Amino acid sequence: MTALLPSPSDRSDQLDRVWLTDLEDEAIHIIREVYGQFERPVLLFSGGKDSIVMAHLAMKAFWPARLPFPLMHVDTGQNFAEVLEFRDRKVAEWDAKLIVASVQSAIDSGRVTETPGQARNPLQTVPLLDGINENKFDAVLGGARRDEEKARAKERVFSVRDDFGQWDPRNKRPELWDLYNGRHRPGEHVRIFPLSNWTELDIWAYIEREGIEVPGIYFAHEREVVDRDGMLLAITEFTPPRAGETPRTETVRYRTVGDTTCTGAVASTAATVADIVIETAASTISERGATRADDRASEAAMEDRKRQGYF
Amino acid sequence: MPGELLRVVTAGSVDDGKSTLVGRLLHDAKAVLADQLVAAEVASERRGYVGTDLALLVDGLRAEREQGITIDVAYRYFATSRRSFILADTPGHVQYTRNTVTGASTADVAVILVDARTGVVEQTKRHLAVVSLLRVSEIVLAVNKMDLVDFSERVFDDIVTDFASAAKTLDVPHFTPIPVAALNGDNVVEASAAMPWYGGDPLLAFLESVEPAKNPDLPARFPVQMVIRPQTADYPDYRGYAGRVEAGVLTRGDKVQVLPSGRFSVVAAIDTPSGELSAADAGRSVTIRLADDVDVSRGDLIVVAGDPAPIVTRELTATLCWLAEQPLVAGARYQLRHTTRDVLAVVDAVESKLDIATVTDRPATSLSLNDIGSARIRLAEPIIVDPYRLNRSTGAFLLVETSSGATVAAGLVR
Repeated sequence: MTALLPSPSDRSDQLDRVWLTDLEDEAIHIIREVYGQFERPVLLFSGGKDSIVMAHLAMKAFWPARLPFPLMHVDTGQNFAEVLEFRDRKVAEWDAKLIVASVQSAIDSGRVTETPGQARNPLQTVPLLDGINENKFDAVLGGARRDEEKARAKERVFSVRDDFGQWDPRNKRPELWDLYNGRHRPGEHVRIFPLSNWTELDIWAYIEREGIEVPGIYFAHEREVVDRDGMLLAITEFTPPRAGETPRTETVRYRTVGDTTCTGAVASTAATVADIVIETAASTISERGATRADDRASEAAMEDRKRQGYF
Repeated sequence: MPGELLRVVTAGSVDDGKSTLVGRLLHDAKAVLADQLVAAEVASERRGYVGTDLALLVDGLRAEREQGITIDVAYRYFATSRRSFILADTPGHVQYTRNTVTGASTADVAVILVDARTGVVEQTKRHLAVVSLLRVSEIVLAVNKMDLVDFSERVFDDIVTDFASAAKTLDVPHFTPIPVAALNGDNVVEASAAMPWYGGDPLLAFLESVEPAKNPDLPARFPVQMVIRPQTADYPDYRGYAGRVEAGVLTRGDKVQVLPSGRFSVVAAIDTPSGELSAADAGRSVTIRLADDVDVSRGDLIVVAGDPAPIVTRELTATLCWLAEQPLVAGARYQLRHTTRDVLAVVDAVESKLDIATVTDRPATSLSLNDIGSARIRLAEPIIVDPYRLNRSTGAFLLVETSSGATVAAGLVR
């Protein structure tokens, strides 16, 4: 959103943006409704910026009481080590309960089949639904935002999934005023998106305003990368260089944190949250378009995965 | 105060060019990012269109892109240096009322589109009826496709006159007409050179400067969402009531009444994790502590003693917007969701429904999908309401089907 490009003198104004408080109040209201309407909610937590902001808001919603929900992470087994370290440190700091739904275990037990050379992101659906069923969760809070992608633009704040975890875009409940309808049949669960109305820029501006800690891979650092599918892909144990690719060291950062096989880096020198706010405001490429191979598969890639029960 | 979040709903008939207008607004306000534009260009080319179809920027679902129509409400976000916007783009066909009601329920501003070639049609009146019923405080009449009527001032004036007469019937006090040509961007973000006779603001400039009516004088309403009791070493005896101030202002020291029990107390503190507040106005999510140990739970309403009181009732007369395929018939039972309260409800009788052609009520005994009508409802337990025209929060409710959980109606307390 180039129109919002702040000049350095505007910084105080950026921090006080009134609409961040509006968005915060809305999210807290939604999270408290989840507590009021459901028996067994769970909060998805990946260590990515959106889930960090959601956890921060959940903490605020129940303060001074503790977070009354466990956290769940769907781990592809190919995540960035720094992010997993951050996840575990935060869970300990918050004294929260973490459930890890493992893609690796699902592969090992034959629940899902890995296609060699393909990212594991689409494989997250089965362990996610297994985790929901095993724990009998009836509400699953996720950090998805409507500005991320066209199919998500039409998602509800409270979104009912059937017994198979599926989403039917033609049969969504109308959502009016701030009255959220969490009623569901046994076996169904409801996905809850308290950050529906936030943009990428709002997330960073809020992280700055609240002084929220995020994993280091969001900030500029040196990393060995190759050019692949038009993205800068990090060289890791899961993503070795292919024939003909010559790794080089670049100063990069991540705008989204998926797993290593499908998340590309962007060339950036943004070293602080304030730098990132400015960079995000000036960006002319959307975050998923820049760095997520999983959304590029087709014009309607996200809709297809959502129908099957993806986040 | 610019800088606040403005919620806008757009409504129009099929082929009024609404998605194109929204696409143009996002594009010209530079809220469309380079890769999204390239994706729309590629998709346009694949469909053999001349130029880029900006509607493809907003039509996200596969069926929509294939049929070139918008099925569901889509939310769009953009910001200018003056303000941040949430735009609810509502489709103009099949489930039009359902979608327009949804978009309008949270909107500060409604933009109603009319095709300059066809002028005000039945749909236009329906949209106007819905946004006025839902108390959207600012209404824009965007007369689109002005390029196809030679940018004629006379055509524009005639449409404004027709719209004004429908507005008068519906008691809409004022609206703002703007002539636009979304395809080329005339009067969307940039002022149009082709319509020198129009002296007003382009659409975006209007949206940046409009001040939706705020009413701080409304009596305070605080529906309790949950009781917060940490029972920890640091907060052994803490007992707070969490919720959102839905209207008016709550101030520390206010003498308050808890409904429906009717007990009185005083606001001892308004807590947030960042510190205590001396007052909290409408929209704020806070936790309040009371001076006395009174029984308060989810579903209760805290009001300021001495303010005009809400009505504690087990019988309602309400306007219902029917949102489900299966019609409403008298005697049906539903779950009624109001503020933070759920109660069983029986619709005793349908009294009338709105005739769109004449914008008047006529007698009716049932309501079908997209009908708007009046009904009498009986409740198993009391709820605490204000008339919707006075309060968009305590005056609103949903009817929910007990077995499936589907939301079947939006209700407005008369």
